[in-house]
Parts: sequence; C-alpha cells; structure tokens
Amino acid sequence: MSQANLAVGAHAPAGVMEESPFSIPSRKLVMWLFILSDAVTFGAVLYGYGYLRNSTSNWPHPFEFSSVINALIMTVILVTSSLTMLLGIRAAKLGDKSKAIMWSFVTVAGGILFAGLHLREWFGLIHEGMTLTQNPWGSGIFGATFFCITGLHLTHVVGGVIAITVVTLGYKRGRYNEGHLEIWGLYWHFVDLVWMFVVPFVYLLNAKH
Amino acid sequence: MSTSQKNEGLGTYFIVYFCILAIAGLQIVVAYQNIDGSQMFLRMLSLAIIQAGLAIMFFMHMKTEKRSLFFTLIPITVFVLLMMNMIWSDSFRISGGAPFAKYLGQ
Repeated sequence: MSQANLAVGAHAPAGVMEESPFSIPSRKLVMWLFILSDAVTFGAVLYGYGYLRNSTSNWPHPFEFSSVINALIMTVILVTSSLTMLLGIRAAKLGDKSKAIMWSFVTVAGGILFAGLHLREWFGLIHEGMTLTQNPWGSGIFGATFFCITGLHLTHVVGGVIAITVVTLGYKRGRYNEGHLEIWGLYWHFVDLVWMFVVPFVYLLNAKH
Repeated sequence: MSTSQKNEGLGTYFIVYFCILAIAGLQIVVAYQNIDGSQMFLRMLSLAIIQAGLAIMFFMHMKTEKRSLFFTLIPITVFVLLMMNMIWSDSFRISGGAPFAKYLGQ
C-alpha cells in the first residue's frame, strides 16, 4: 500500500483501505466463523454422545413410532422456517419491505412452534420418569445426553427466534438493512442443519423396534 | 445481492426444500430396516451429510459465494470433526471390558 493511501486511510472510515475479505461484508464473515466454531461444538457433543452410547451396554431405545413422527413434524417445521427465511431475505433484497417483514415473522412463528413441540416432548419424557441421571428403560446416561444435545439445540432455536425478532423489528424501523437479515438467516439455516444430524443420531438410532 | 444469487430462483429453493424433506423421510425408512447398528449408522450419516450439503450450498448460498470462502471454512471444519474420530477405539475398549475387566476378574 502506498504512503498516499495510508495517509488517506488514516482519516477515512473503516473499510476504505482494503477490500472486504472474500468479497462479503465483514459481519457476514464473522457469522460464518461463528457457525464454524458452533459446528465443532455440536460435533464434539455428538461425538461425546456416540462415545457414551458405544461404551454403555444397556443403552435404551425409548422412542415409539409416535415420537419419531413428532421428530419428523419438527423437522418439517424447521426446514419450512428456513425456506420462509429465504423468502424474507429475497423480498428484502428486492426492496419489498412488507413481504420481508411478513416472511421473517413467519420464520419466528415456525421457531416458536418448534420450541413448543420440543418442550412438549421433553415434559412427556420427564413425566415418564426420565431425568438427567435415570430413566425406566436402561442406562441413566441416556437422559443426560438427550437433554444436553436437544437442550443445546433448543437454546440455539430460542436465541435465533429472539435475534430474528429484534433484527426484523429494527429492519421495520430502518435501523437494520437486508444484510442484517441475511446474516441471521445464515444462523437460522445452521440451526436447521444441526437438527439434520440430531434427528437420525438421537431419535432414529434410539427408536423402539 | 450478487448476480448469481439473483439467478438462484425460487424454484431452486423449493426443489432443495423438498429434497431435504424427502431425505428426512428416507431416514425414517432406514431406521425401521432390519440391519445391524453400524450399517444403519453409516446410512444415517450419509443421508445427513447430503442434507447438510444441500443446506450449505443452496440455503446458505455457499454455492454462489467465492470459492475461496468455501475452501477457507469447510475443509478446516471437516478436518477438526474428522480428528475427533480418535475417541472410538476407547469407547469400544470400555464396552469390550478390556483391559480393566481382567483386573476386576483376578
């Protein structure tokens, strides 16, 4: 970089001196890096679950077909909310603010519905006697791993619902733009992606035959 | 919005959406097949990776971003996740009861 450029850069707003990395806004790159680290976190938790499952002889298979169908319904809701998020971001980029806000709130509604179904399932299992340390079907570790993995995912869903609500309201007032919506869209798709691994490993591999 | 993202029409989103849901349905079919645990695990994992790949490439628009972003983020994540596979031998050692079971038996 020349001295002249440096001199200009010293008084110029951030971002003038060099191109944004990978031709994407820095905040989008930050979200990608967060997603990368979060993927490793979920990976570690799922590996830990696999380790305990392998090393436990009386691992339970408590999920009836109704629970599997419930997990499928939750998948449909979450994937559909990903689609509505895409529709919202697309509308925002095309300048259709009202549609962008509508689709974003539909996404939030999907997230709330997902969380509601999840909590209903949790309370059902707790009612059947499952806790973090014991359950009626086999090894007590199952409860700890189940609540840990699904709880971590549920926390992400709740966080996403709050973040998308805040950003959508900010977008409505003109505080945020479509770029902010897109970044939280990335996060929401990641939450969806994690669920694609949770369902087969935590629910389907533990289905009662 | 980049040109490529604009060209990625609604049709693509819906096709990917239905593909992901179809794979989710297929996973349930696999779950009720009479196959051994390791085979079932491998099939589930393969299907989940396809689902995740579709979500990353189309929903998260990795397909239309610069290739350098993909090659910066994805290989290192996959590498870290693959390195975690070192735990498996120990988990099987515990389920097999060796070597601690020998000491307990004496």
